[in-house]
Amino acid sequence: MKKPIALMVTLSMALAFSGSVMAEETTETASEAVTEAGTEAAETEAAETEAASEEETESASEAQTESESQEEKSEGVMYYADYVAADIDTEVVIETYVQAKQSWWEDQATVYTQDRDGAYFLYNMACSEEDYEKLVPGTKIKVTGYKSEWSGEVEIIDATFEFVEDGDEYIAPITDVTDLLGTDELIDHQNQYVEFKGLTVEAAGQDADGNDVAFLYNWDGSGTDGDDLYFNASLNGETYTFTVESYLCDNTTDVYAAVKELEIGQTVDLEGFLYWYEGVNPHITSVTVVEE
Amino acid sequence: MRSFWKAGALALTAAASLCLFTGCHGARETTAFSVPEEFDTSKDYEITFWAKNDTNITQTEIYKQAIEDFQELYPNITVNLRLYTDYGDIYNDVITNISTGTTPNVCITYPDHIATYMTGQNTVVPLDELMSDEKYGLGGSQVNFDSPAADEIIPQFLEECSLNGHYYALPYMRSTEACYINKTYVEALGYTLPETLTWDFIWEVSEAATAMNEDGTYQVNGQDVMIPFIYKSTDNMMIQMLRQLGAGYSTDSGEIQLFNDTTTELLNTIAAHVKTGAFSTFKISGYPANFLNAGQCIFAIDSTAGATWMGTNAPLSDISEDSLVDFETEVMMIPQFDPDNPQMISQGPSVCVFNKTDPQEVLASWLFAQYLLTNDVQIAYARTEGYIPVTTKAQESDAYQDYLSREGEDNNAYYDVKIKASKLLLDNIGNTFTTPVFNGSTSLRDAAGQLIEDVTKAVRRKQEVSDESIQALYSDVTDLYHLNETGAASSGKTEFGPLPSTAVILLASLAAAWVFIGLYAVITRGRS
Repeated sequence: MKKPIALMVTLSMALAFSGSVMAEETTETASEAVTEAGTEAAETEAAETEAASEEETESASEAQTESESQEEKSEGVMYYADYVAADIDTEVVIETYVQAKQSWWEDQATVYTQDRDGAYFLYNMACSEEDYEKLVPGTKIKVTGYKSEWSGEVEIIDATFEFVEDGDEYIAPITDVTDLLGTDELIDHQNQYVEFKGLTVEAAGQDADGNDVAFLYNWDGSGTDGDDLYFNASLNGETYTFTVESYLCDNTTDVYAAVKELEIGQTVDLEGFLYWYEGVNPHITSVTVVEE
Repeated sequence: MRSFWKAGALALTAAASLCLFTGCHGARETTAFSVPEEFDTSKDYEITFWAKNDTNITQTEIYKQAIEDFQELYPNITVNLRLYTDYGDIYNDVITNISTGTTPNVCITYPDHIATYMTGQNTVVPLDELMSDEKYGLGGSQVNFDSPAADEIIPQFLEECSLNGHYYALPYMRSTEACYINKTYVEALGYTLPETLTWDFIWEVSEAATAMNEDGTYQVNGQDVMIPFIYKSTDNMMIQMLRQLGAGYSTDSGEIQLFNDTTTELLNTIAAHVKTGAFSTFKISGYPANFLNAGQCIFAIDSTAGATWMGTNAPLSDISEDSLVDFETEVMMIPQFDPDNPQMISQGPSVCVFNKTDPQEVLASWLFAQYLLTNDVQIAYARTEGYIPVTTKAQESDAYQDYLSREGEDNNAYYDVKIKASKLLLDNIGNTFTTPVFNGSTSLRDAAGQLIEDVTKAVRRKQEVSDESIQALYSDVTDLYHLNETGAASSGKTEFGPLPSTAVILLASLAAAWVFIGLYAVITRGRS
């Protein structure tokens, strides 16, 4: 009976092997099926969204301020003024230009964008990794999503986008908003690429020994290298908080290194995007020490 | 400031989904751990500890102090601390490091996550033998500190760390959810808080709070903004509502029961209150604490571990001083459907030990994990938020009892809202529950919350919410979280389509071979 046993053992091994092969194949098939279904659903949703948005945009366009705009928009696309006027939770269709990419994960991208009239923050927009690579600064895209507000930050969520074929490129010039710090007008520049000039670095907090420090990892110093950096800078006696957002500029970037080198009392020029969280919370992308 | 929570949550979801597919393929296998006879103090061990804090520097200092104290007791063990502020990031990094064999030694975690970690062979150390080891176990004779005995860990909390009949973690801290209430506004609206909050009461008062003046401001606060009821964790909201109603969520083995008639009814109810402006969620509107403290919310449901952010006098705040409104804060258990049988979720960090090729290194890791249960660490950490210690040894200690007795003595260490939140859980340990843990349970939890988020968004966007749309939502959410793609997590039959032709041929060959073996055996027996 040795031969049959050997044969059975061999066959069992073969069976086990085939089982594992099949498992892999089955998984792939299942994944493919789901992906296809998901894509179809997304396409259907996009088609429905497009139809709905066309209707809404047509009525909105009556009030649009085309003459005040510096932009040429495709049919059915909102001008920035219309976007600003749109209610929260309504569908919006815009054309805009990528200025900076913040993050991508599991087919969702968060991107700072701007046209010649204003800025749009695209939060977790549907985006393949391949397309994310193509979203280089200046790229023109058409975005359909919902206007939303989260803790004061006005953004577009649940969005899809398409590249505008033969679209021009546009990098927004930096806007100096130094004089607007502490004023109600500052919010008009929300999400724009802005600069603050001639600010003085102030203490952000204290270290474990009670010494003043120029920056903190996380808002209260509870983080470590790689986390968001927080620092304070003052102008005309008022102190403001600035953030190096680690998804936008991680600990390998120049700005992250520059903030870690800041010293209290230095005069600095700052560049970044005018993010909002319960008040202005600029996400800084560049720090230049202009006076020691 | 607590911005950009959202990317972390996304990473968690994505990692969970990824692991459902991969089963952590590529995980390096390690030999099963067995407890060494003796801990070798002649050799040096360097272990890593991945810890999570609530973006709270006091908590990070407690971790650092614990490490310093532990290293004094065990000079041959060096503990390297890596700090996180998000469970999702830890989970994501652990998954990545399983495949490269570079997991931490000790890690703060949720039991749901361990279920996924365990898809790698011998990745997480079962703690049963370690816990009961006479020398190095809980309260062991050779442990260099005052370790709690096994029976001094709150049994319910320890049981939450049991998977497949083995303990894979130790509870570290426990919290639940609480409803933080602007009592001043409730009474201004003509209501009196009941002894136990009910869903009917909270909906009724929330509806009353939506009344507006002619100028567009709200009558109750005179402001432009009022969201009477905001829920931080909508997955917890759905899970607890279903539990209180005795409706299905999942079985212990991972059969999904979430998509049922009770869920549909609950979603319709929630939708109706979104429509009137009475309800919203953290993901859609922002932190409940910010609205509560600005007088723009009446019922804010969040973790007891978020208590230091709640109330006019909260020691932590994200909103400006001039936005703060003065009101009386009440802390109550979450609303109930059956006040006589209250039920609330048990949550909070646990700690697990990852396996390594050197059992001595694992033993060193275990000793440190066990050190986190000592009174000094337990009491210090519990005091930072509305947590409670997980051992009776700590809970009943004079130091902790003294802390509880000083409720309201100041607005920092003894902040009344924080201590009330801790007492809420201490008084209701027997009324807490957890959801079944299985590979895929994290995704199911996310799906439960997604239902509420999507219905809320739909109403706000003036889209129709009906039984039909909710059925479609079930389908979408099932796809989004791949709930039909793991055997354990599937309630229905998964359609994989026809087998590939190569597989058919191979199976046919195998069947023929087995037939041949059978015939051969019969013939051989006949001849003999």
